[in-house]
Parts: sequence; C-alpha cells; structure tokens
Amino acid sequence: MMTLATTRVVIIGAGPAGIRAAETLAQAGLRPILVDEGRLPGGQGYRRPSAGLALDMDALLGTQAAKYRALHARFAELAPAIDYRPETLAWAVHEGTLHVARDGAAATLPFDALLIAAGAADRVFPVKGWTLPGVFTLGGAQVILKDQGCLIGRRMVFLGSSPLLSLAALQYRQFGADVAAICDTTPLREKLLAAPALAPAAATALRGLGYLARLRRDGVPMFSGTTPLAIEGRDHVEAVRFRLGDGEERVIACDAVAFGYGLKPETQLAELAGARFGYDPVFRLWGPNLDADGRARPGLYLAGDCAAIGGADAAEASGTLAALALLADLGGEVTHRERRDMPRLRREVARYRSFQKGLARAFAWPGSRGATAIADEVELCRCENVTAGDIRAAIAADLGPVDVNRVKAITRCGMGRCQGRMCGPALQEIAAAASARPLAEVGRLRGQAPVKPLAIGSAAAPA
Amino acid sequence: MTSAGDDLAGNGQLMRVAQRTGKRISITIDGREIGATAGDSVLAAVLTHGRQLRELEFGGSPRAGFCLMGACQDCWVWLETGGRIRACTTLVADGMAIRTSGSP
Ligand SMILES: Cc1cc2nc3c(=O)[nH]c(=O)nc-3n(C[C@H](O)[C@H](O)[C@H](O)COP(=O)(O)OP(=O)(O)OC[C@H]3O[C@@H](n4cnc5c(N)ncnc54)[C@H](O)[C@@H]3O)c2cc1C
Ligand code: FES
Repeated sequence: MMTLATTRVVIIGAGPAGIRAAETLAQAGLRPILVDEGRLPGGQGYRRPSAGLALDMDALLGTQAAKYRALHARFAELAPAIDYRPETLAWAVHEGTLHVARDGAAATLPFDALLIAAGAADRVFPVKGWTLPGVFTLGGAQVILKDQGCLIGRRMVFLGSSPLLSLAALQYRQFGADVAAICDTTPLREKLLAAPALAPAAATALRGLGYLARLRRDGVPMFSGTTPLAIEGRDHVEAVRFRLGDGEERVIACDAVAFGYGLKPETQLAELAGARFGYDPVFRLWGPNLDADGRARPGLYLAGDCAAIGGADAAEASGTLAALALLADLGGEVTHRERRDMPRLRREVARYRSFQKGLARAFAWPGSRGATAIADEVELCRCENVTAGDIRAAIAADLGPVDVNRVKAITRCGMGRCQGRMCGPALQEIAAAASARPLAEVGRLRGQAPVKPLAIGSAAAPA
Repeated sequence: MTSAGDDLAGNGQLMRVAQRTGKRISITIDGREIGATAGDSVLAAVLTHGRQLRELEFGGSPRAGFCLMGACQDCWVWLETGGRIRACTTLVADGMAIRTSGSP
C-alpha cells in the first residue's frame, strides 16, 4: 500500500485552487509537485505584477486586495514544503505520467494522483472585425494591466456580456483610460429575471451593482441589449458599430476593444487524463463529470475554474476540498479534519457555483440566435482564417449526422494553434444552428496533446 | 533610442500607466532600436511602440495578439534569427531583434 510520504502527487496550476490544494497536502505530510506555466504564482484573478513594476495592487483590487495578499502570503509560507516548478507547461498526460516542458526541455513526471487546477479562459463569440489589432479579450485586458502595467489602448469599448465588463472598466478608468462605452449584449429584462438566481452570493451581487452605480455616476455611456455589428478599422480598431434594443444603430469611435462573454473551463488536460464530460445547458458548454469533492476518476481530481466556473472564492474552497478527498482516498480512513471540513467546503463550493450559474443567465451567451446572425464572411477561426461560411458550406456538403469533430477535420476550424480554445464554443453553436440540431447533439471538440504549442528554444523553433 | 517616457505619450497600441524599475535594455523592432526594461513582455515592448506583432500566414492580415494569457497563440512573432516566440509570455532580452511583418 502507498504511504503518504512516498505518494507522488502532481498539481497543475498555481492559482487559488492549486495553492490551496498544495497547502492542504503539505499539511498532511506530502510534498506535492506544483507545476505552473506562469513565472509567478497566483493564477489569473490574483495575478501579481511582474518584477519591478510599480503598480498599486491595493488600489486596483479594492475589496479583493485582502484575499489577494492572504493567498500570496500563504504561498510564500508554503513554498519550502512543496516542489514548485514555475514556467513549466504541462502538455500531455498519458498512463500515469505528466509530460512537461520548461525552457524548451521536456521532462516526465510519473504520479500516483493528479490534481488539475488549470483555471479558465475567456469565452468569445466572433463579430466582424474581431481579428483587428486592438481587439483583446476582457480577461486579457486585466492581465496586461496587472502583469505589464499597460492598458490595451487609450479610448476603449467594453463589449460582450460578463460581470467583469464593469469591473474591468472601473479598473481602467482608475488608470486614466477614456472608457468610450460599455456595450452589454444581454437585455436588462433578462438580467432582472435572473436576479433570484444570484441570491446565493448576495454580497458579490451587490458589489457588482456598486460597480454599475459608480460607472453611471461617472457618466460612462452604458448600453444593454446591444447587438454588436462590427469592429471597424483598416489596420487596427477605429470604431465599434452596434445596434440598440430598439433597432437604432450606433458607431462609437475607439482605439481598443475588450471583448468577452464570461469564462470557459480549461479542460484539455483533464480530458487527456481520462475525465468524462457532460453537457451543461446553462453554460451551453461541456464540462467534466465530477463528484461533489472534485473526483473525476480514481486518482484524478479537479478544482477551481477548470472543474466548473465559480470564481476565486470557489477556487480556494474547491482546491482544499479536492485535496482532502485525495487524502481520504489515500489513507483509506477519514481523518478528523476531513470529517470536520469537508461538509462545509462542499456547501460553500456548491453555493458559489450556483451563483455563477445565475450569472451565466444574467450575462447571456449569444447562443444559437447569435450564431445564425454571424455573416458568412466573418472569420471564426483566428488561427487559420476559416470563416462562418466555410463551416456552413462544409455542413451543407457533408452527408450524415453533423459532428463538430468532423466539421473540424474538413475545415480545420479548431485544429489550429489555439486548439479550439477561441473558436470552439462558437463553432459548436454554428454547427448546431446550421444543421438545426440541439447543441448537445453535435458533440464536443476533442482535445489533443500537446495542449499548447511547445516553445522549443527560440533559436530552434520551427516555422 | 527612445526612452521609457515616450511610452506614456507614444503612439503604440498599448498605453503604459505604471513604470518599471528594472534594468534598461535595448532591442530592435523591424531594425529600429528601441529602449525596453527588463521584465517587459515582448508583446508590451512592441505594442507600446506600434500596432502590430505579425501578419497572419493565412492571408496576411495584421495581428496584435488577443488573449494576452498564452491561450490563443495569436502573438507568435518572428525573430531576425529565424525563430519564433510567443510574445505575451516571453520577456525581452538585451539585443533581441524582432520583426513584425513578413517572415525572415
Ligand atoms: C484572463 C483572465 C483574467 C481574469 N481576471 C480576473 C480578475 O481580474 N478578477 C477576478 O476576480 N477574477 C478574474 N478571473 C477569473 C479567475 O478565473 C478566477 O478569479 C480565479 O483565478 C480562478 O482560480 P483557479 O485557481 O481556478 O485558476 P487560475 O487562477 O486561472 O489558475 C490556473 C493556473 O493554471 C496554470 N495552467 C493552466 N494550464 C496549464 C498548463 N497546461 N500547464 C501549466 N500550468 C497551467 C495557469 O498558468 C494558472 O496559473 C480571470 C480569468 C481569466 C481567464
Ligand atoms: S496573445 Fe494569446 S497567446 Fe499571446
């Protein structure tokens, strides 16, 4: 039988979920390996400014600053007790071995248990002009501010549907940005209908309302129920064109766009490690099937936003919970701490995640109606320039049941360097809409190794 | 060589709003010498001075990255030496020679 001291546990991701998981394992006497692609610990939401950057994080994070500091303090205390490997990409999992790469050098990490806490990425929906320089994801707009102390432009439009639209717009204004407009695609009526679903985390919901009130007071133009028509410009962004709920068209001049429709779990590694997936009709996405503690299959645990979108608090709680589950499975008997903490953590995680489901209703994804409205000439695949029309033509020409993996094989959409991270959700919507079938029936884009292109030492990198 | 102060006013895509205290280094972008600071990402160094990182291999449209977090792979730039790097996650190094159009 395995003993705690000799058990090899690997954690992927040093965000709030991975840090809490590592802490819990270390407290039990394990020395987990923690790999993260980033240079610094913290993940996305609690990203630390890069070395030597004079950025006032307390001002930037406001009410979240205390949690940010607490997490980084925890990590500093924890670091000597774990095997932390920054700048290390996990790119494949195969039969009990994790494949990693650092500085172009590959290595293998055999494990007895794997805990994945890889976080999420922005979910985007194509609009004409979205490949122009100056269009960035909404999360990316926050990342470049925290990581590099830069804004994505001077005068920007925040476009899409996400609670982070107003948060990011406020943070940008704090640093002198001219926020030209916030264009939320969800009608106010739908937001109000979703309000009861936000009750599980009333404090967070109120914080969100506070952001809106501040933006309104500052006179930032805000529109809801908009339909984005195009991002315009010759070689870079010059304006956003959209339609208001009453049909009126507006054009707003700007030099940058922050663009997003919420987040999408990063699931490729979990898939390679053997997790099974189920369709979630609220998010209109496929997610890993897990038990309440984060078990995907024997020896495989998922926590944080890669398990289910839940935000930073859910990430911390689910990281601890998944690590306790791992310990319970190893030890064969339930310890005092597990008996005491696990029920509470399960309740917390469930509450945060049901709040996120409420948010997914309040900040709607354009879905099949949006997909039908995408013009044929709009690029869907940013990597290889495949258009919505190419997808529709392939579906019309192909006999037999429509499956996104077949569409991908024919058109190469989803096969490019991003591995479908950017186009995947919209590709599934377009395939379903074009074939008049429910989204769940056109299948799920399958992940492949390497989950991200390997940076082979820059001198030797192939074309 | 331009100074860091130019970035604040400059005419690049990105606007720098917090200064860096790191070591000053020099890189070239399309043959032009530019001042950067250790800790700058290649993407930030290029886009505080200009508006594009590369041209897409499929049709040649200008690109300047998108996700800024290593997920979309839209920011791989050419080095004059023939290699390619992911600009949003790679830091500048002294003497780095970057090219933002065509291929070497
Ligand atoms: C771009 C972006 C910006 C965001 N900004 C904010 C914000 O400003 N405020 C806020 O409250 N929330 C923000 N969020 C939401 C955020 O997801 C949560 O707040 C929280 O960070 C989730 O924690 P986590 O531990 O699940 O994942 P994360 O914090 O995302 O951490 C995941 C970690 O896994 C690592 N990783 C992923 N894949 C691999 C791999 N293959 N190999 C090695 N390492 C890997 C990543 O480098 C990352 O450090 C943002 C999300 C995104 C995607
Ligand atoms: S901008 Fe997306 S990977 Fe660099």
